[in-house]
Amino acid sequence: MVKHPELHRLSIAHIDCDAFYASVEKRDRPELADQPVIVGGGHRGVVSACCYIARLYGVRSAMPMFKALQLCPQAVIIKPDMQKYVGVGRAVRSLMQEMTPLVEAISIDEAFLDLTGTELLHHGSPARTLVRLVRRIETEIGVTASIGLSHNKFLAKLASDLDKPRGFAIIGEAETLAFLAPRPVGMIWGVGKALAAKMAAEGIRTIGQIRDMEMKELVRRYGSMGMRLYHFSRGQDDRRVTPHSPLKSISSETTFNHDLWSFEDLERELWPLAEKVSKRMKSGDHAGLTVTLKLKTPDFKLITRSQRLSSPTQLADRIFRVGRDLLRTECDGRRFRLLGIGCHDLTDPRDADPPDLADPGQQQRAKVERAIDAVRAKLGGHAITKGRSLPVVGSSSDPNQAGEG
Amino acid sequence: MKIIIERTALLGSLGHVQSVVERRNTIPVLSNVLLNAANGSLSLLATDMDLEISETVVAEVVRPGSATAPAHTLYDIARKLPDGSQVELDATGDVLTLRSGRSKFNLGTLPVADFPEMTRGTWSHQFSLRADVLKGLIDRTKFAISTEETRYYLNGIHIHATKGKAGEVPALRAVATDGHRLARVETPLPEGADGLPGVIIPRKTVLEVRKLLDEVAGNVDISLSETKIRFTLGDVTLISKLIDGTFPDYERVIPAGNNKLLSVDSKLFAGAVDRVATISTEKSRAVKLALEAGVLTLSATAADAGSASEEIEVDYDSTPLEIGFNSRYLLDITGQIESGKAQFVMADGNSPTIVRDAADLAALYVLMPMRV
Repeated sequence: MVKHPELHRLSIAHIDCDAFYASVEKRDRPELADQPVIVGGGHRGVVSACCYIARLYGVRSAMPMFKALQLCPQAVIIKPDMQKYVGVGRAVRSLMQEMTPLVEAISIDEAFLDLTGTELLHHGSPARTLVRLVRRIETEIGVTASIGLSHNKFLAKLASDLDKPRGFAIIGEAETLAFLAPRPVGMIWGVGKALAAKMAAEGIRTIGQIRDMEMKELVRRYGSMGMRLYHFSRGQDDRRVTPHSPLKSISSETTFNHDLWSFEDLERELWPLAEKVSKRMKSGDHAGLTVTLKLKTPDFKLITRSQRLSSPTQLADRIFRVGRDLLRTECDGRRFRLLGIGCHDLTDPRDADPPDLADPGQQQRAKVERAIDAVRAKLGGHAITKGRSLPVVGSSSDPNQAGEG
Repeated sequence: MKIIIERTALLGSLGHVQSVVERRNTIPVLSNVLLNAANGSLSLLATDMDLEISETVVAEVVRPGSATAPAHTLYDIARKLPDGSQVELDATGDVLTLRSGRSKFNLGTLPVADFPEMTRGTWSHQFSLRADVLKGLIDRTKFAISTEETRYYLNGIHIHATKGKAGEVPALRAVATDGHRLARVETPLPEGADGLPGVIIPRKTVLEVRKLLDEVAGNVDISLSETKIRFTLGDVTLISKLIDGTFPDYERVIPAGNNKLLSVDSKLFAGAVDRVATISTEKSRAVKLALEAGVLTLSATAADAGSASEEIEVDYDSTPLEIGFNSRYLLDITGQIESGKAQFVMADGNSPTIVRDAADLAALYVLMPMRV
């Protein structure tokens, strides 16, 4: 354990699993322990995660796959198994929740923990509790994690990144300002590439420089972000650790090996995505009021189109139909590298998918879908599929819905 | 082009045509009204490419010609000029000068040649409806029009002629549905509407026609082609594209076997629904109707707001029944029941319910229940 004068007084932590997807894969395939491992999708995809050996070669997450392979041709490539990672992520979270109810998950493999006031319960300071926690994660689940401990969320998150992997870093109140001053502005939560470039153009590169500016000036230059810059540059962050921030949307997307442009080809890709979204909605007990279609052109221009529904849905059939209508108007010869679909405005599924006076067939299709779900639950995911997911497209009986499969 | 016109006449016509003009246009000339002066009159024409409106008014034509000028600006000016004033419109080059009393406005114009005019097809059917009859058809259906854009074929009122089976008079029907409720209203088939094909009139057109109906009495002439509909109301003519889609086979969803009859004073009922719905959640707006012999209990509960209930005396003598509805839909429908007596014909808590005006069998509403 580390030494620090404030070690036993700080109680806001950020725990971040190390190269999570890659670690899970290495755990399950011990023979890969000493090899560079990259988890990522297909030829055209990006690196979702890479182990620390791969990082030695310069591979980073979010890097295009072809580039990663140029840097590290001998890497073992593994297709992401999201279902497995979600399961492991849940196990990690439930260990965290045994330590404090104040666990705020920010992604599958990282979370904020507020351990204020847990000393008596756990017979020790938050720092000791955290060390016990990551040891348990390592021994019981088999992945490693790094801890950042500080006096607020902003700094805790910065700290967890300082000493990776298997790290434990602390930013105490006394050294906060000195720690921040030389750091690049991009370390501030909310300062992305665009803003950092804008600030650099104005000669502002370090957090210390921001601190030398007046609040008025910052707000004048950067609007509402100016306030955040002012406080964060002083290491001030009053955001609380709030457990289970509600889920906002459920979506699924895919990047193609080769760009697609014809409606028929894209439509065929849409159906499995709609099924995935629907499956997650049904299992998570959600229904969505808005369907959003997402497309990306080869020059990475993002296009999103949304449609609010007359009633919430969790059915793949409805998500697909609405998405298909949105897709149809976008297919005007442009090429697309990515297609995605999702549901927003999540609500209680109780009011979902009522019978529709304008679409008497919907009831029937809903029944079919529920029946297919039941068969799959019993016999497995591939026991039964819709003809729509097969390559041939047939004709339609619905006069307003041409191209039904 | 140069004309002199009464401010009142100009304001009236601009008021009619400007509401078709969209606030934002990607094609600049669509923000303009096309003015055309000839033979002692001024004609005004505006369009959004789907709906075109034109009107002709008396004016003193000093120099015949035409011009296009910003419709909303022109309307705002006419609105602010004093009552009873005379207005001079003078278009030369690319400027339209408007003079009235001591006021003078110069407005930029756009070439007349750029102004899109709708192609006229051949009208296959022509008939007339009394203004108040057309008003009745629209008012009792327009609330059910869907705004869901992907279901464009529901974004309007469907009209068609019925054959009139044995013992029935052939009728002109107007139908609208958004999937949750359906409104079907009919009137005896007017002369010339025999064999009228089923068409869908877009919502915007319906609403524009409805606005104009407040100002005209007498008859409205309606002409139809395969793709367009034309309404002539006095000096105003509207030509609209029809929605290119197929309206669903709505007869299939109108239940035939419902047999539990509830009769209730519609004002009393609407008042109670409105009060109880104060508690229902913004998202669902659900109210529950619990029926027993002679008594209807309306109730609503919301996890965070509490609960409400109200009892009203009704005519009901079937077996007890519980059913939930969206309160807003109930109020939309009861708002159309003029006789004061609403009839609900139900099957059970999960099936569509028919609502009628006890004294007006020309209108029929179908309402989907909600889970409560």
